[in-house]
Amino acid sequence: MAGMKVNLCSLELDNPVIPASGTFGFGYEFAELYDINILGTFSFKGTTREPRFGNPTPRIAECTAGMINSVGLQNPGVDKVISEELPKLQKVFSKKVMANVSGFSVEDYAYTCEKLDKCPQVGWLEVNVSCPNVHGGGMSFGTSPESAAEVTKAVKQITTKPVIIKLSPNVTDIVSIAKACEEAGADGISLINTLLGMRIDLKTKKPVIAIVMGGFSGPAVFPVALRMVYQVSSAVNVPVIGMGGVSSAEDVIEMMLAGASAVEVGAANLVDPYACKNIIEALPEAMKKYGIDNLEDIIGGARNG
Amino acid sequence: MKQGLFEVLKNKRLTDSVYEMTLAGDTSAITAPGQFVNIRLDGFYLRRPISVCDCEEGKLTIVYKTVGKGTEYLAAAKTGDKFDVLTGLGNGYDLALSGSSALLIGGGVGVPPLYLLAKRLISEGKSVKVILGFNTASEVFYEEEFKALGASVTVTTADGTKGVKGFVTAAMDCGCSYFYTCGPEPMLKAVYAASKTSGQFSFEERMGCGFGACMGCSCKTVTGYKRICKDGPVLRKEEILWQE
Repeated sequence: MAGMKVNLCSLELDNPVIPASGTFGFGYEFAELYDINILGTFSFKGTTREPRFGNPTPRIAECTAGMINSVGLQNPGVDKVISEELPKLQKVFSKKVMANVSGFSVEDYAYTCEKLDKCPQVGWLEVNVSCPNVHGGGMSFGTSPESAAEVTKAVKQITTKPVIIKLSPNVTDIVSIAKACEEAGADGISLINTLLGMRIDLKTKKPVIAIVMGGFSGPAVFPVALRMVYQVSSAVNVPVIGMGGVSSAEDVIEMMLAGASAVEVGAANLVDPYACKNIIEALPEAMKKYGIDNLEDIIGGARNG
Repeated sequence: MKQGLFEVLKNKRLTDSVYEMTLAGDTSAITAPGQFVNIRLDGFYLRRPISVCDCEEGKLTIVYKTVGKGTEYLAAAKTGDKFDVLTGLGNGYDLALSGSSALLIGGGVGVPPLYLLAKRLISEGKSVKVILGFNTASEVFYEEEFKALGASVTVTTADGTKGVKGFVTAAMDCGCSYFYTCGPEPMLKAVYAASKTSGQFSFEERMGCGFGACMGCSCKTVTGYKRICKDGPVLRKEEILWQE
């Protein structure tokens, strides 16, 4: 499968398929079903400085071709992730994992990233400045170029591993934010996080989601994500990870043509636990069908000429 | 957990809005009563989690209520239709804690998972009493099925049109050593308050994946955060923390 290898911030991936944070836990549920070492890597559950329960339930709502979640970064906190989750993960996943980090202050991000940076299992730090489900922080860092750059700078100063900044689509100009992160030292950009959405229950006439709004994801957002990946990858020189509604090998190829160096798969994992395995297995056939020998050759191909 | 293709053998209407569907497929991942399956439906993004009512090798029975477009789609399924089903989800009821006489308390569509539980408890030689609670006589289902297993059955209806008038709590004083319950949350709270013995409660929550990956259905318990889909849906009485 040499044709499927891609390079992500100087680390080689066997293929570009990466389960997205929050849809793959710490991998074990999926490792019960298949050998998760077939993945390029995966981005683990968003980790914060302190343990978090997240938001009240209901925090899931179905939509046409997608879903809304308002989980709100439930996680055991960085210390338990390092002492409990990573040793368990080591038993089922021998590749480098992507550590996904969230915070409520610049200091939070730096603190959590510094700890995870020291873990040999961690290959990349994916810094989420875009979670729509946390009040008083989180997404606000990703909605202005200045604050996104401030987080990037603080994390870069105290870490050694590639830092990928995960951006929100809920902004007026994602390109300026991506550029600010690149200038602040980001080694890569990943996008898009979920789109802020809501549903109303016609029987109760009240919002389905307990905190009213949540992040919308699934196949319905794919064209929006693709467009933003195209715009951002055209404007920055660092690798871009494309995500948003990716559900098939064809979607992976389309994302790469738009400019993605690797592709994350999110909501699809929740509907079909074998989604990533199926996509990876379908890639060679899809590449053949579209005359692609090496996936690396097609990155940004839609832009050229 | 296993993913498999299941073929509809029968889809029978039991009441106005409750259906019993039997399906053929690999049931080997289903290990305990009170577990659920998650069914993929064409045209709907999320799967539909539905409790296991009965299960034997190669055959699965679910009893479900039409509450929206997804379950209406399921109700329209015909013999021979095939569904992608995730099986063996959730912890299920722990039979070992029951003692010699168990009380099973079901309300509405909380009744189905108690059927396989009753069957298993009786096969272990335990005495089983069942309270089936409904709003009105026309909604009652599975009374005869439980009797056929050898359980002693009391039906309660809120309007008194059948059996004991009132809620399930009106019939709970029966000297059993342990209880198992499933039903709407207000009923579970009432059972919790009225119960004199220990027991197990099966909960419902809106789920994303149904197998523990998304954290969509988490709840707080005495023993920490639990995912209803993976660490539940069954919680022991001692670990429940009621919200608000």
